[in-house]
Amino acid sequence: MSTEHTATGLIGAPIRRVEDPVLVTGKGCYVDDIHLPGMLHLAVLLSPHPHAKIVSIDTSAARAIPGVRSVLTGADISERVNIPAPMVVPGMKIPPHPPLARGAVHAAGTPVAAVVAQSRALAQDAANAIEVEYESLPAVTDAEKALEPGAPLARTELDNNVCFLSTKTNGDVEKAFAQADHICRMHIASPRLVAMAIEPRGAVAKPEPAGDLTMWLSTQAPHRARADLATALGFPEHRIRVIAPDVGGGFGSKGPLYREYVLAAYLALKLGRPVKWIATRSEDFVGVIQGRDQAMTSELALKKDGTMLGLKARVVANLGAYLYANTTTPTQRMMGMAPGCYQIQNVHVEVAAVFTNTVPTGPYRGAGRPEAVLNIERLVDKAARELGIDPLEIRRKNFIRPEQFPYRTGVNVEYDSGDYEKSLSEALRLSDYQELIRYRDEARERGELVGVGVSTFVEPSGGAGFESGTVRVERSGEFTILTGSSSHGQGHETVYAQVAAEKLRVSMDQVAIRHGDTLAIQQGVGTFASRSAVTGGGAMVIAIDRVVEKARRIAGHLLEAAAEDIVQADGGFAVAGVPGKAVTWRQLAAAAYGGRLPRGMEPGLQETAFFDPKRDAWAFGSHVALVRIDRETGRLAIEKLVLVDDCGVILNPLIVEGQIHGGLAQALGEILGEHMIFGDEGEVLTGSLMNYAVPRASDMPPLIVGETVTPNPFNPLGVKGVGEAATNGAPAVVANAVMDALAPLGIDHIDMPYTAPKLWAAIREAEAKRKG
Amino acid sequence: MSGKMERVTVPINVTVNGVKHEAEVEPRLLLVYFLREHLGLTGTHVGCDTSQCGACTIHMNGRAVKSCTVLAVQADGVKITTIEGLAPEGTLHPVQEGFREKHGLQCGYCTPGMIMTAVHLLETNSSPTEEEIRHALEGNLCRCTGYIHIVEAIQWAAQRMRSSHVSS
Repeated sequence: MSTEHTATGLIGAPIRRVEDPVLVTGKGCYVDDIHLPGMLHLAVLLSPHPHAKIVSIDTSAARAIPGVRSVLTGADISERVNIPAPMVVPGMKIPPHPPLARGAVHAAGTPVAAVVAQSRALAQDAANAIEVEYESLPAVTDAEKALEPGAPLARTELDNNVCFLSTKTNGDVEKAFAQADHICRMHIASPRLVAMAIEPRGAVAKPEPAGDLTMWLSTQAPHRARADLATALGFPEHRIRVIAPDVGGGFGSKGPLYREYVLAAYLALKLGRPVKWIATRSEDFVGVIQGRDQAMTSELALKKDGTMLGLKARVVANLGAYLYANTTTPTQRMMGMAPGCYQIQNVHVEVAAVFTNTVPTGPYRGAGRPEAVLNIERLVDKAARELGIDPLEIRRKNFIRPEQFPYRTGVNVEYDSGDYEKSLSEALRLSDYQELIRYRDEARERGELVGVGVSTFVEPSGGAGFESGTVRVERSGEFTILTGSSSHGQGHETVYAQVAAEKLRVSMDQVAIRHGDTLAIQQGVGTFASRSAVTGGGAMVIAIDRVVEKARRIAGHLLEAAAEDIVQADGGFAVAGVPGKAVTWRQLAAAAYGGRLPRGMEPGLQETAFFDPKRDAWAFGSHVALVRIDRETGRLAIEKLVLVDDCGVILNPLIVEGQIHGGLAQALGEILGEHMIFGDEGEVLTGSLMNYAVPRASDMPPLIVGETVTPNPFNPLGVKGVGEAATNGAPAVVANAVMDALAPLGIDHIDMPYTAPKLWAAIREAEAKRKG
Repeated sequence: MSGKMERVTVPINVTVNGVKHEAEVEPRLLLVYFLREHLGLTGTHVGCDTSQCGACTIHMNGRAVKSCTVLAVQADGVKITTIEGLAPEGTLHPVQEGFREKHGLQCGYCTPGMIMTAVHLLETNSSPTEEEIRHALEGNLCRCTGYIHIVEAIQWAAQRMRSSHVSS
């Protein structure tokens, strides 16, 4: 039953997406679908070496190929041109990040030369014809090893591999540890992951006749890309227009301004012709920022009864070889949520962010959150086992309680609202938890490796400052809404229209949501960190409220009634209690643009709002998993998975569910087999879909999705983000279940992904130990 | 590589979405680029370079094929259907409708390939089990949806196609 054309009951309804008719018929327009007259094609030669000096580059063969228009190397571009990376952490080292290597490469996949030619194939031919002589340098790929004395320098310009050290301390940590009955210690590492948006990166750069530059980018943040492009090129920002057309997924990885985007712009301006660059998948494997790769060493101080007294965590974060604008985000996220959903006030967290000769890292769905959840939730489970306490009991004993919100944590951030016990109870109910325990115990009796896991977690959403919204009532009385938060699959055009139509008391087809064009849209930030409903939704609602207020005054003027007596009605406004005395939005627009206004009122009916909640929105959830590991083969099967998430007020349950499913698939990748691996010399071992294991349709486990709803008091819609919920919570719950399954063998730790060979080897080793 | 590059082309005749095309193509040209760049049918997408992702799936003589794995010259004399030709303008094929009904897409990039694979499945098996559907999607990657709604969309379409078959 569709409710798309009624004005009320839209918020919270499972409305089908307005985006879909275009996309299911192949009429979407992604960057590679853009074809401009006179357009040339850019191909970029990448370094296969993780760390090397460039001895020489011979471009003569490339230049000789008919149809080749330009060949560039690092020496041809000013040293002032670099990928911008701001000083997010005071004192952090920011080595140069040129769009083409200057003298040396510090990671495989570093662009070394650029070719522009008349066709994509010719450009690639010419790039392949470039001869580069490299002199190999020692490489370091593991961040913890990079901190050891005598480790090779990943960036030879620096005197060690540390980009920055960062700490957060609260309470009296030493005293807490001195008073502890037990200290639980753990080292755990998150695997390095590839975001793998199905649409590879792409750019089209078009020089405009008056000297302006238009760029179509596959980006999550057009306004940020524009600002970064202006900085990188030293080109005036107000003369750049960035358009994000349809964007085929991002998951954080399409946040940065990539080197090839700068090259496309640079070459388009130089040649005076449009230039297109589209990444191949192989190029994306070494060119797109990668996720996770944090190693965490923790200590949890507890009383005998399971009361948590203090937490120490040291995080070694692998940044890769080069910095982008958002490289530090995962480390900041990790630190800001280290104590999870527990009352731990004595906390010391430190991060060592480290350069290595690997592909740069950065935000990938979760961006530090899955690492933090994995760390605290594994630690709590391990502590429970060591103390002989039930894993549910230790959580319940230490939960922040509903009446404590807003709650300031031991890392000095304030959680807005929550009811963790309610969430856990719902997950236990939906999973039939006691039955799972009975099933596990019986299986264990038979010698089978079956485990049950629980994970209770918090996750910050929003952030990155403001988002903007403009609501424009057109002369027809229809609405154009401009949002700075541009969509790449999240369904903004549907969800924002639902909210707007309900607030404006009109039907959804009278509202058009526009995004992704810096010329049309007021300043904005973008879509990442599960921020769109919180910040973009908030800005839009504030702008709607302002438009409604102005319209109410105009309505009073037209209806000769006091503004206080005017109320919103379907399709416009009416005088309270006077049937038939009403005006439509069309009549109001005619008055607003035609001068029939209250004395002194400015013409027009359009409002813009910038909303910054100045705090993250803390979603939370409880997950339960039942797993089975085949003793003979090591194969892991997830037999049941229950995800209960709380994202505050639900705007469209269909879309929320879609976000949870998709987030889970990415979590499953981390759990089951995704792992970007570099060899000891830094060589790329998993550079394609042939050897990097993205989950397929048959990999999805039986799933039950539940919810609790705890409204967020700190934004207009009462919402919290949900885009990363399953990605954040699910790795930890499966890790806990796997460790529970392996506990009878005395195994207490294995890092993800849980591939069959890895589990098989651990089982064999444990069995050998027992026999020995 | 020798400095001298002779551009050899080969003539082909292909019927795409019911329209006959004669073209001269380079022997190395992939079918997907012929469709996208020569015919402007950009609904067929490229998501990888190792024939894993399935975003480029089309039908060749009624069979679902990854068009990045076929040379344009191999399509000589072949009937091709792309996402643009699946249903008459202004209408949706039941599988397209199912994807919308069940929220079977998010960013939409893998969607045309998914739909072409699903249509081929339902043309060969009108009542696939959930397992058969998941198996049929083995060669199509989606990074947004977690596949659950895609499976539901195909089940929805199967039901719709069976009931319309009965009523006609």
